[in-house]
Amino acid sequence: MKHLSFGKFLAHFFLLIIVFIWVIPTFGLLISSLRDKDQVALTGWWTALKHNEFNEIVRTEKSTVQFEENGVFVITGNLLKNSSSKSVINFGITSKNPKAFKAPSKVTMKNGSTFYLQKDGSYRWTSDKAFKHKKGKRVFLTVNTPPSLTLENYKEVLVFRGLGQSFINSLTVAVPSTIIPLIIGAFAAYALSWMNFYGRDLIFATIVCLLVVPLQMSLIPILTVYNQIGSFFGVSAKSYVGIWLAHTGFGLPLKIFLLRNFIKSLPHEMFEAARVDGASHYQIFMKIILPLSIPAFASIGILQFLWVWNDLLVALVFLDKMPSEIVLTSRLREMLGEFSQNWEILTTSAFVSMIVPLFVFLSLQRYFIRGLVAGSVKG
Amino acid sequence: MAPALIILLVYLIYPVSETIRLSFFDNYGREFTGVSNYVWALNDSDFRQSILNNFLWLIVVPTTCTFLGLTIATLADRVWWGVFAKTLIFMPMAISFVGASVIWKFVYEYRGAGNDQIGILNAIIVYFGGDPHAWIAIPFWNNFFLMVIMIWIQTGLAMVIFSAALRAIPEETLEAARIDGASEVRIFFYIIIPFLSETIVVIWTTITILVLKVFDIVLAMTNGQWGTEVLANLMFDWMFRGGGDSGRGSTIALFIMLGVIPIMIWNLRRFKMEQER
Repeated sequence: MKHLSFGKFLAHFFLLIIVFIWVIPTFGLLISSLRDKDQVALTGWWTALKHNEFNEIVRTEKSTVQFEENGVFVITGNLLKNSSSKSVINFGITSKNPKAFKAPSKVTMKNGSTFYLQKDGSYRWTSDKAFKHKKGKRVFLTVNTPPSLTLENYKEVLVFRGLGQSFINSLTVAVPSTIIPLIIGAFAAYALSWMNFYGRDLIFATIVCLLVVPLQMSLIPILTVYNQIGSFFGVSAKSYVGIWLAHTGFGLPLKIFLLRNFIKSLPHEMFEAARVDGASHYQIFMKIILPLSIPAFASIGILQFLWVWNDLLVALVFLDKMPSEIVLTSRLREMLGEFSQNWEILTTSAFVSMIVPLFVFLSLQRYFIRGLVAGSVKG
Repeated sequence: MAPALIILLVYLIYPVSETIRLSFFDNYGREFTGVSNYVWALNDSDFRQSILNNFLWLIVVPTTCTFLGLTIATLADRVWWGVFAKTLIFMPMAISFVGASVIWKFVYEYRGAGNDQIGILNAIIVYFGGDPHAWIAIPFWNNFFLMVIMIWIQTGLAMVIFSAALRAIPEETLEAARIDGASEVRIFFYIIIPFLSETIVVIWTTITILVLKVFDIVLAMTNGQWGTEVLANLMFDWMFRGGGDSGRGSTIALFIMLGVIPIMIWNLRRFKMEQER
């Protein structure tokens, strides 16, 4: 008995470790997308809930704001721009020694003036002579910054980085690219499973072969054809219609294969009864097959939708990179080059691109898994 | 039926023959150049590198995914929070390769020694007293860091399929073995593994096909730099580099096709057996 419980313990332990490793990367992405952009660049996301120390270089007010008080010239202001949650730990007035003094303290400058800085960043700078500086004096701060979570990054990428438009583009590509192959595939699957005609097995064997043909084989010839059609009619070779049809073509073999297997598994007495009663193939399809196939449609539809949504290659080849056509994955990959160091933009954009799949996944998980398990049988 | 056939013809069957034809022509597809594209490919260092890397991917990724998937499926069956664990491990399946690349690029992010590391991998290494590295720029080993991404995504698939298959094993068989005094380990190797052999093959081939076409991850992470080039990315490169070279692009595509032909034949044989039954 003791041995058994030890085995149980090991199972818990290993599974916990694996789950932990699996989740951490995504979790880090999510946290980072919610953090302030300066913090993302400087500290690890796992410190998001800690107070962090940042070094800042700020300037005092210009000499124009000085006023005279009892014979002394005074400049006051706040180096932290009145953000109440931050506080100054150390400060310095030379770049050589940026942490020279502990706030709050009074410092005498080279020209004899006195600089008094408090923890909240407010300062009072006094001098016997009038201030003459044009630019504010540089002050080096070490600032204690509290954790701050914000949706600012999402606003930034959706509105100013064009991700909102890309999101719509992705939908424009994905929805028809899911529906068209489903409909066409369903008709073909029905024909292949219940209609007798010459060469049926050969056609199905061909489809089995096409299941595994790499997409790459099609790209160059199709693009050439598109270019020719484009220049013949004087329209752009890269259009939504083009990519819908391309996705349809690439997804069709699997759709036909899965739907045919499903339809074939339905009891054939039903069809014979319907035939005897004089129903046409079209009637059988609409009245019997379609209602029965709803769950299979859901699984296969979800599979295709996610595949199209997550696709990069087809979108790169068949769509333009203009803002009105670029899809999320493609835009995200552009950003990887453009903003390679702006992790707040990258993490947020990646998360935006993941929202729809994750939602579909979590809400329709059962159908999704069923589709995948069936789909993998294509082998 | 008719629209389906037309689309299949236009988008798959015609292109396959056209790609084969183009691979014997020059960069614009106008002049017949014999096997010169193939000669070029075999002598090109990028191409050789890609073939080598593709082989590496083909060996490592399906093996690891199958192994991990089976392990997780077995473990998850034994704990009460198994369903929850499986959901979490399966989640990357829903994420695009580009999205996953961003996630992992962030994990591998490198800052010069002495700075705060913001990538978690380097942070852990520094915490234990090691030196940070720019992981994706280390030749040869960086291939494995890219493979981790694919494994991270595809293990969920293997796990789900194994889970379904494990449930199909008749309880009586396991029960009988236990009564005979077989240990869990023996049961695993002598009953479960043979029972799952077909499932293992299915998962293996599915992931193999996927790996042959690996493109998004390499493009997004390194674009083939630092010795990580793979066939699909090289082909994409040649398709568009300097106006495009359809001859060389097609040749590279054909090599990818070559990889799936054994699987295609195996599929066909299975289909035939199914028909005869």
